[in-house]
Amino acid sequence: MNFELSDEARMLQDGLRRFLRETYDAKTRNAAAEAPQGFPRAVWDGLAEMGVIGALFTEDQGGFGGTGFDIALVFEELGRAGAVDPMLDTGVLCGGLLAELGDTEAVEGVIAGGTQLALAHGEPGARYDSSTAETAAARDGDAWRLTGRKAVVVNAAAAEAFLVTARTDAGLGLFRVEAAALDFRPYPLNGGGTAAELALDAAPATLLAEEAGAILARAEARATLAICAEALGLMEAIRGLTADYLKTRKQFGQPIGKFQVLQHRMADMLIEIEQARSAVINLAGNLDGPDRDLHVAATKNLIGEVARLVVEESIQMHGGIGMTMEYDLGHLAKRLTMVDHRFGDALHHLERFIALRAA
Amino acid sequence: MNLDYTDAQKTFRDEVRAFLDAKLPERLTDAGRKGRALTKDDHEEWHAILNEKGWLAGSWPEEFGGAGWDAVQRHIFEDETTARGAPRIVPFGVAMLGPVLMKFGSKAQQDHYLPRILDGTDWWCQGYSEPGAGSDLASLRTEAVRDGDHYIVNGQKTWTTLGQYANWIFCLVRTSKEGKPQKGISFLLIDMNSPGVEVRPIVLLDGTAEVNEVWFSDVRVPVENLVGEENKGWTYAKYLLTHERTNIAGVGFANAGLANLKRIARAERAGGRPLIENPHFAARVARVEIDLMAMATTNLRVVSAAAAGNAPGAESSMLKIKGTVIRQEINHLTRSAIGPYAMPFQSEAVEGDNAGAIGPDYGARASGQYFNNRKLSIYGGSNEVQRTIIAKSMLEL
Repeated sequence: MNFELSDEARMLQDGLRRFLRETYDAKTRNAAAEAPQGFPRAVWDGLAEMGVIGALFTEDQGGFGGTGFDIALVFEELGRAGAVDPMLDTGVLCGGLLAELGDTEAVEGVIAGGTQLALAHGEPGARYDSSTAETAAARDGDAWRLTGRKAVVVNAAAAEAFLVTARTDAGLGLFRVEAAALDFRPYPLNGGGTAAELALDAAPATLLAEEAGAILARAEARATLAICAEALGLMEAIRGLTADYLKTRKQFGQPIGKFQVLQHRMADMLIEIEQARSAVINLAGNLDGPDRDLHVAATKNLIGEVARLVVEESIQMHGGIGMTMEYDLGHLAKRLTMVDHRFGDALHHLERFIALRAA
Repeated sequence: MNLDYTDAQKTFRDEVRAFLDAKLPERLTDAGRKGRALTKDDHEEWHAILNEKGWLAGSWPEEFGGAGWDAVQRHIFEDETTARGAPRIVPFGVAMLGPVLMKFGSKAQQDHYLPRILDGTDWWCQGYSEPGAGSDLASLRTEAVRDGDHYIVNGQKTWTTLGQYANWIFCLVRTSKEGKPQKGISFLLIDMNSPGVEVRPIVLLDGTAEVNEVWFSDVRVPVENLVGEENKGWTYAKYLLTHERTNIAGVGFANAGLANLKRIARAERAGGRPLIENPHFAARVARVEIDLMAMATTNLRVVSAAAAGNAPGAESSMLKIKGTVIRQEINHLTRSAIGPYAMPFQSEAVEGDNAGAIGPDYGARASGQYFNNRKLSIYGGSNEVQRTIIAKSMLEL
C-alpha cells in the first residue's frame, strides 16, 4: 500500500500550485466575473500550456495521465485556489466524452486549450436524475434535429458548441449543437462561472452516439470525482483562512483562537476534512473498478455533508467579515456550497448508496 | 397548567387578523414569500398603515403614542404578522431607540424624537459595532471629544443595517479612556447629514448591500444630543439590547419559512414523486418542525413570564441560539429543495418581481437567503457569546 504521490505527480502538483498562487487572486477572479465568458482566459491558456488539461487524459487519448488520481490531483489544486475555469465542463465532461467516442482531433483541441465546450444534459424538473431526458432527436435526412429544453448548462457563455443528450430510437443519444445555432442568454452562477437555459426548437445537430448511456455514466462518475476533489481543495483553503483568522482576530483581550470552544470546533472540522480526503482517495482508486457507483455515492454524500459543516462553521468563526464578498472566504464558501448542487446532492447519493448496498 | 389563550387574548388575535385582512397589501406579502428585498418605500408604507391604527409601536405606553401591549399581545401580533408574510417593523427607531429615550432621554428629546419615529420623519440606524469590536462591544474606539457645546466625533462603525436609508444614527462613542472600558462610553444621537459622515455599502454573499460602514471625520454633534449622562452609555446600551431581544426566537419567521419549504417540496419532484414524499428529505423537515414546535412553547413560556413582570434573562440567549439554528436549518433545506436551480446567482431577483427568474420563481432567492441568514447566528451577540451567558448565569460556571 502506498499513499504517496509519484515524482511526476508531485511535480505537476507543485507546478500547478505555484502557478495558481502566482496568477490567481481575488482581483483576477472578480475581473473574470465581469468578463463575458466568466473565467480568466489568461489563466486557462496558462493551464493548457503547463499541460494540466492533458493530465485528464490517457496516453492513448493524447494525454499523459487520465487515472482517478490524476483528476483528483488537478482538481484539488484548482479548488485550493478557488479557480472558476471550466476544467470540469470542457475537460472532464466534454473532453472525456469525446475521448470515449474516439474523436482524437477534438480531444487534441481540448488539451491544447483552444476549444471550449459545455455538456447540456440536465433538464428543468429532472433534478439530479441523469438517466432521463425528454429532449427528442429526429432524423432530418442525413442530419438530426433536437427539440426540448436543457437546464443550467454550465460554461455556456464560453462554449463554441454543446454536447447535447436527446432521445433516439436506440436510447439516450449524444449530439453536437453549435452555439451559434442557438439563441440563449448566459447568467452568472453562485461561486463563479456561467450557465444558460437552452431552448431547442428543431435545432440542427450532429450525431455523436445513438446510445450514450454508458459513456455518460462514466463521464459523470469522473466529473463527480473531479468536483469532490475540488471541494477538498476548497475545504483546505477555507481551513487555512479560518485558522489564520483565529490567530489574529482579538476579542475580549485575546486572540479568539485561545477560546477552547473554537479550538475544539476547528479540531472537529479538521477531522471531517481528513474524512473527505480519504473519501476522495477511495473514489479515485475505484473509478475504473466494479464498485465505481457505490464509491461515487459514498464520496459525494460525504463531501456534501462535510462541505456544509466547513462552510457554516468557517463563516460563523469569522463572524461578520465571513459574510462579505470583499474577503476571500465568501467566494470559497459559496463555491463549496454549490458543489452539492451538481451531479446529485448528499441526500440523492445517500439514497443511491442505500439502493446499491441493498442490491 | 393551561395552554389556551384567554378570551381577551383570543379576541385580540381576531382583531389583528381582521386588520391584516383589510390593510396588509398583497404586494408586500408577495415580496416576502419570494424573498424580494423590501425597498425604503415598502417599509415606510407598512409603517404608515400600522401607525394610522396606532399599532406601529405596540410595546410603547399610550402616553408616547404606543399601543401599550403586554408581552403576550406583542407575541400574538408578531405571530400573526409574520405568518402572513408581513414586513417586520424596522426595529431601530421603534424597538431600540424609543425605549431608551423613554427611560433615559430628556423631556425635550422625548418630545422631539418619539413622534418623528412614529410618523416616519426620521429613519434611525444603529451605531454599535466597530471593526475589532463585534461581540466584544466594550472595546469600541470611536471617539467623541467635548469642544464647547459640541462633541467632535471621529471613528468608524460597521454592520450598520439599512444605514443607507437613515437620516439619524444612535451611536456608542468613547468619551473617556479611564477605568474599565465600559465606564467611558456615551450614547450619542448623530444627524447623518452632518458634514464628515460617510456611508459605504458592504456587499454580502447574496449580492445585496443591506449593511454599511459609517465613517465619522471631525463630525460636530451638539451636546444636547447626548442621551442621559456622559460615560453612562453602557447602561443604556444594555437596556436597549434587552429590548432588541424581544421576538428573538423568530417563531413567526420560522413558521413562515417552514410553510414555504413545504410548498416548495410539494412542487419539486425527485425520483418521480414530490420531494416532500421522499422519506429522507421528509425526515429532515419533520425533525426541524418538531424542534420548532417545542421552541415555540419555550418562547411562550418566556413571553408568559415576561407578561407577568419577570424580565427574561439567559432565557433570551437560549431562544436566540435555538431560534437561529432552526431558521438556518430551514434555509438549508429550502436551498437543497431547489436542486440545480440553486446554482444561478440571482441577485437581481431580489430587487425586482422575479419575472425573469431562472428556474421556478419560488427558488430564485433560496441560495441568497441561505447565505444571507448565516448572519442570524453572528449578529446581536454571536451564538458563542450567548452560550457563555448561559454558562455563566444559569450554570454559574
